[in-house]
Amino acid sequence: MTTEAADSAEAVGAIAPAADPGFLQRYGGTIEYVLIPGAALVGALGVFGIFVAMFGKNPLDLYFYMYYGAFGTWFSWQNTLTRAAPLILTALCTALPAQLGMVIIGGEGALLIGALSATSAALALQGLPPLVVQIAMVCAGVTGGGLWIMLAGALRQYRGVNETISSLLLVYIALAVLNHLVEGAMRDPASLNKPSTREIGAANMIGSIPGTDVHWGLVFGLIAAIAAYILIYHTVFGFAARVAGGNIRAAKIVGLGVSKLILTICFLAGGAAGLAGMVEVAAVQGRTNANLAAGYGFTGILVAFLARQNPLAIIPVAILLGGISASGGLLQRRLGLPDASVLVLQGIIFVFVLASDALYGRIGFLKGKS
Amino acid sequence: MADGSIGLWTVPLAVLGGAIRVSTPFLFVSLGECITERSGRINLGLEGTLVMGAMSAYGSSYLTGSPWLGVLAAGITGALLGALHAGICSLPRVNDVAVGIALMLFGTGLAFYLGKPLIEPTAARLPAIDFGWWSDIPQVRAALRVNVLFLIGVALAPILYWAFRTTRWGLLIRTAGESSDATRAMGHSVLLIRLRATMVGGFLAGIGGSFLSLFYPGSWNEGLSSGQGITAVALVIFARWDPLLCLWASLAFGGAAALGPALQSVGVTSGYHLFNAAPYILTLAIMIMTCSPKRTLTGAPAELSITR
Repeated sequence: MTTEAADSAEAVGAIAPAADPGFLQRYGGTIEYVLIPGAALVGALGVFGIFVAMFGKNPLDLYFYMYYGAFGTWFSWQNTLTRAAPLILTALCTALPAQLGMVIIGGEGALLIGALSATSAALALQGLPPLVVQIAMVCAGVTGGGLWIMLAGALRQYRGVNETISSLLLVYIALAVLNHLVEGAMRDPASLNKPSTREIGAANMIGSIPGTDVHWGLVFGLIAAIAAYILIYHTVFGFAARVAGGNIRAAKIVGLGVSKLILTICFLAGGAAGLAGMVEVAAVQGRTNANLAAGYGFTGILVAFLARQNPLAIIPVAILLGGISASGGLLQRRLGLPDASVLVLQGIIFVFVLASDALYGRIGFLKGKS
Repeated sequence: MADGSIGLWTVPLAVLGGAIRVSTPFLFVSLGECITERSGRINLGLEGTLVMGAMSAYGSSYLTGSPWLGVLAAGITGALLGALHAGICSLPRVNDVAVGIALMLFGTGLAFYLGKPLIEPTAARLPAIDFGWWSDIPQVRAALRVNVLFLIGVALAPILYWAFRTTRWGLLIRTAGESSDATRAMGHSVLLIRLRATMVGGFLAGIGGSFLSLFYPGSWNEGLSSGQGITAVALVIFARWDPLLCLWASLAFGGAAALGPALQSVGVTSGYHLFNAAPYILTLAIMIMTCSPKRTLTGAPAELSITR
């Protein structure tokens, strides 16, 4: 449903009809895709304000600190962008399979497996030039995460196992595998309180974009999102994927290799989340431990839905939600709100965004004539 | 191996005890989800409902001193979350799977938020019935300390089985799940039936949550539920939407979940985390074995989006 609607919006933008159809009819659809999620966001912030007011906090203070903590200063901008980087990548893990009509919510698991694979690669290649190690980490992270989600895709295609449930179960299995290795075979004996693997070494870290404290992971995320956009909307492969997502029987009848599509898309999706894990290891943590299960995979689901599964729209939405989570610390310190308040707000936004699906095509002045 | 006399028997005993103790949340969530799914809707948000139920039960028990009021509060919280799910799903073009994911995140976040002050205090816990009085062996007695909620859950399974087959509302729920057109033709509101079914499902899932915080493990913290809710939802699928099979599957899962702690108690600690993942691996394995891409599952409600 989502993809079909996105198609028509695309088509209207790309192929301009001969007669001038009027502004609203041309761009009404696009405006709708900005206006409705925007309204949902405002509604969610309003409800969250009421919720916080029930605990005796001033909602205006809340909004001010949220803005200040997310976008108020250069420092908070950097914090926001640092958090947006993994969110872009984990959102792709939900958005790419969505083109095929699949609901994958296991980005967290692919992130953990990607981090574990990347760390293993770095530890195995100690002593080689940093660039070689970094490239190996990217390959390992993408492959590890990719295979993890491909498993969910393969189970769906060959065994009919529901991919939503299997991908979520795989999150818990990934977490168990990570804990098992981090506390066992891969444990650094020096890490006493917080079992961790050995460090990948300062030279192998990917570092920051010059002039900022934002690490290169953001660039990885931007490239991945743009590449995903081109793949889905401007290649034959992406077109085939969207056909299969719209009508799987029609896709089979015209001879599209649906199995190959599903496996490839799931691999790319998991690869994106795996890359997020690699970035978190190589730019933030420097090692693998349970800290990596910070919920980026779950927030990524929300980002993908809020962006209506469009890879380009994921970028601003990820920055927005990165900002919300960046402001969490300030809300805790200044307003005494629990750290879970960010989770509550995310949940409310999610509910509002889904409920707003009912509004599409129903806003009178955007309809134009049809 | 405190007394040594029973040695490795500790493991099967602990698994048996675990099957009884750990299975209760699985049982309540899967029975609740069974009702909801039979009406043609899937509620993946029961993971969030479970955590909210655990938190509200603990809070109410702490404030009132009565664990049974806690169980009731958990049920009501669950029913409200169920009503929220059903309410949003009643809007046109809203996908029930996505709403479930949203409520999973929302319920968990809200429970962590509201439950912050509850991590420290101790609340009154649910009583247990001692079925192991005849034995002198402490492990046997520990395994047979059975909670009342477990017995209620065990009784509920055949009652639901009977109700689905023979009562009027059982028929209505099944009709709504098989064909919404037929339901409308009979003059009933599909949305209303599904609303009620989702609320009852949420009520039961909330009670399952109260068991977590009020009996086993018996305290409130943020790591209380890690996927029991979603496992129970998957369990309904391979229990073929049959309440009696839900009971057996829940027992098997409880046993699998107790394997890790049981092995740890006899000194096998190496694969602790992997054994803890046993229920998830078991779920996945059973789903792989029982699902098929070529046919819909026998017993699947025709209106259910997740099996199509």
